[in-house]
Amino acid sequence: MVEFAINGKKVTAEKGESVLDVAHREGFDIPTLCYHDTLGSDGRCRLCVVEVRKGNRKRIATSCLYPAESGIEVFTESPDVLLVRKTVLELLLARCPNSETIQYLAKEYGVTQARYRKDNDKGKCILCNLCVKTCELNVGAAALGMSGKGPFKKVTTPYGEPSNDCIGCGACVAICPTGHIYIEEKDGVRTIWNKRFELARCPKCNRYHAPVEQLAFIASRSGTTMEQLLICPDCK
Amino acid sequence: MIVSIEQLDGIAAEHTKKTGVFGKTVKICCGTGCVSSGALKVYEKLSEFINAEGLADKVLIKKTGCHGLCERGPIVVFGDDEILYQTVGKRNLEDDARLLLKTIREGVIAENLLYKGEDKTKRYVSPRDIPFYAGQTRVVLSQNGILDPEDIEEYISSGGYRAVYKALAMDPVEIIDWIQKSGLRGRGGGGFPTGTKWRSCKDAPGEPRYVIANGDEGDPGAFMDRSLMEGNPHAVIEGMIVGGYAISSHQGFIYVRDEYPLAVHRLSIAIDKAREYGLLGSNIFNSGFDFDIKIFRGGGAFVCGESTALMSSIEGKTGEPRAKYIHTVEKGLWDKPSNLNNVETWACVPHIINKGWEWFASIGTPESKGTKVFSLVGKVKNTGLVEVPMGITLNEIIFKLGGGIQGNRKFKAVQTGGPSGGCIPGEYLEMPVDFDSLTRLGSMMGSGGMIVMDERDCMVDVARYFLKFLVDESCGKCTPCREGVRRMFEIVDNICSGKGSKGDVEHLEELARAIQLGSLCALGQSAPNPVLSTIKYFRDEYNVHIEQKKCPAGVCKALTTFMIDAEKCTGCMRCASECPVGCISGEKKKVHTIDQSKCIKCGTCYDMCKFDAVKYA
Repeated sequence: MVEFAINGKKVTAEKGESVLDVAHREGFDIPTLCYHDTLGSDGRCRLCVVEVRKGNRKRIATSCLYPAESGIEVFTESPDVLLVRKTVLELLLARCPNSETIQYLAKEYGVTQARYRKDNDKGKCILCNLCVKTCELNVGAAALGMSGKGPFKKVTTPYGEPSNDCIGCGACVAICPTGHIYIEEKDGVRTIWNKRFELARCPKCNRYHAPVEQLAFIASRSGTTMEQLLICPDCK
Repeated sequence: MIVSIEQLDGIAAEHTKKTGVFGKTVKICCGTGCVSSGALKVYEKLSEFINAEGLADKVLIKKTGCHGLCERGPIVVFGDDEILYQTVGKRNLEDDARLLLKTIREGVIAENLLYKGEDKTKRYVSPRDIPFYAGQTRVVLSQNGILDPEDIEEYISSGGYRAVYKALAMDPVEIIDWIQKSGLRGRGGGGFPTGTKWRSCKDAPGEPRYVIANGDEGDPGAFMDRSLMEGNPHAVIEGMIVGGYAISSHQGFIYVRDEYPLAVHRLSIAIDKAREYGLLGSNIFNSGFDFDIKIFRGGGAFVCGESTALMSSIEGKTGEPRAKYIHTVEKGLWDKPSNLNNVETWACVPHIINKGWEWFASIGTPESKGTKVFSLVGKVKNTGLVEVPMGITLNEIIFKLGGGIQGNRKFKAVQTGGPSGGCIPGEYLEMPVDFDSLTRLGSMMGSGGMIVMDERDCMVDVARYFLKFLVDESCGKCTPCREGVRRMFEIVDNICSGKGSKGDVEHLEELARAIQLGSLCALGQSAPNPVLSTIKYFRDEYNVHIEQKKCPAGVCKALTTFMIDAEKCTGCMRCASECPVGCISGEKKKVHTIDQSKCIKCGTCYDMCKFDAVKYA
């Protein structure tokens, strides 16, 4: 067990637990975008920064990655923290001017307008990497990745082509914090990542409920038969 | 297989005997700079002549690593620094090779090949007398222009691998103590105490451990590490073996960028040879210690010079950095304790072991020990590699070794530390060059790039250049660096195009601070330095661009117009013949004019005119 302070309040934590987890448990409000309960964080968005003081040293650290440590003092809203958060939000607002999530968060920090030219080619993607990670670690498909670097970095299937590994499950859509990923369902066909998936019909209610490829993927991994999987969750 | 010191000495003695039969030695610099100036052709032509004259058994012609004075390449040195010839073969290969032959046969010195000094008034015969060399203290580069980097026996005969032998008889803790007491600090830029790093790695739990040499040098204009890997690869390998033994590691990696094919080639030969001689592999010197090294070729991303991104790249993942709240000495490559040092740091190690920590600590300043290699480039007369003791002043490096500014223009600033560093103005020329002084000035030592700028360099444009580099080289992982640096570039680019507005400088300062505080890795955290240091020392220049829409140095194209002063123009036609777009017209001995619609504002006419007749506004 370690003991430290957040905004002057004494808190305890398991050794190695992230400052963010402790802060959230204790009711402190720290915004995040690229963090997820099941996937942790890589420290990409930088929104969860806090000021960590240790003796005479002070530093700005991402609370999602900073391990709880005895004796540190954490400040969640120091002037430097607010400068970084506001800047990150202003930059993301210029990148994704149509993202409601970003607009909302930015407004909370007093940023209503970005001083920069608005991008029109990035959609609502803030490159949080959650879609890539959930596809690999939660789904096990690893159909997505990042290509390019710097301002040209983007999430894509290999070479932007329909991917053999994508099972059309839509986990990426569900986890995306800004609603960037395009998914469409029409006439028994789901379209995602430039690939068309035939949807399976539930034999009981006759409704489309999941891509055939996704059910086959689950069948191959779990040993559950296709017949069982074809029955939709509502009819089970 | 070498297992004893006697065998090592035996190889050295045999090599000395073998080379001793040659009456004369000619060393041809075959570093990248000289090779691109034609050094290999000089080597072939001279060999051809020597063979034709039947002198092949009397004259030893050696291809060596970089001698440093790249500006004057190809460089040829006779004997033990007796004569230095420069720009050999540049005018006429055949003639120059004949002159070399004449020097070999008759001892006649070819005056036209001698180095003439910055003011062209004095001819220097020995490199020992040339200020560029005389002002240096060569430790890491001491064997660079002497050894054939592809010949391990030559390295052994010059005292090589003695440090490994000596270290293997020492206690690992004692070695770390020596490195600590020597005061060696990381040469890659950060300046972290090497001994402390080694100790933390040794003490970290986990097996196996790795040692890594960072040869991913990526700063524009920097080529210290490249020349070291090309010129003396065994020194790096030897240092790594010692380091491996000290921290109980059995596997080393050298990360070299693939744009350095000669370095990869020579390191590969060196590793193969070291294995063949039993200096790498199992049971080195019968000590029971096993160690081997693999080369990992990088794909050329600047960010892969950052330790965690480099390790990620070796693991086969995207070269992206990760947070270092848990240090790489504890969890580095494949989450195992890993000790990464720059190649120059590794090359210092054998010297410390051989000569003792006291010797190393006697060079330099109280906080920065030893020597540092700099690549001196830009508007300085003698561009090239210099190795100097820490604490030497910028003035000495630029004006004594570098010979001052080209065309005797006025010095304006020196950029140190690459894209993470900053620009230092003239008033600090007397500052000692060491890790802490440079950081205090808002720049940094970095890996040792030094770009000299004169009055014809626009500091806003310099900031713009480095920002462009950083926008291209940001990995894009974290928001402040990926988005923030490109927005800084947009603002500075606007200022350079005459579209700057009041408040831009303050906006840049605010954004810079957020990027410094909020970025994930050192690349992002230091990305604003070129902007902040130019604002700090040259704020006026920013203001003139913004308020008066003028570029005082005549560099920013949108803000500059070149004109010819009718009263001063003599009609010499020089500018017209040098203009790359042919936009200058005029007859001989008559006033010339520039066609503004075609002018690309390169400034060649300004630089060429000997009568100060070209003006810019």
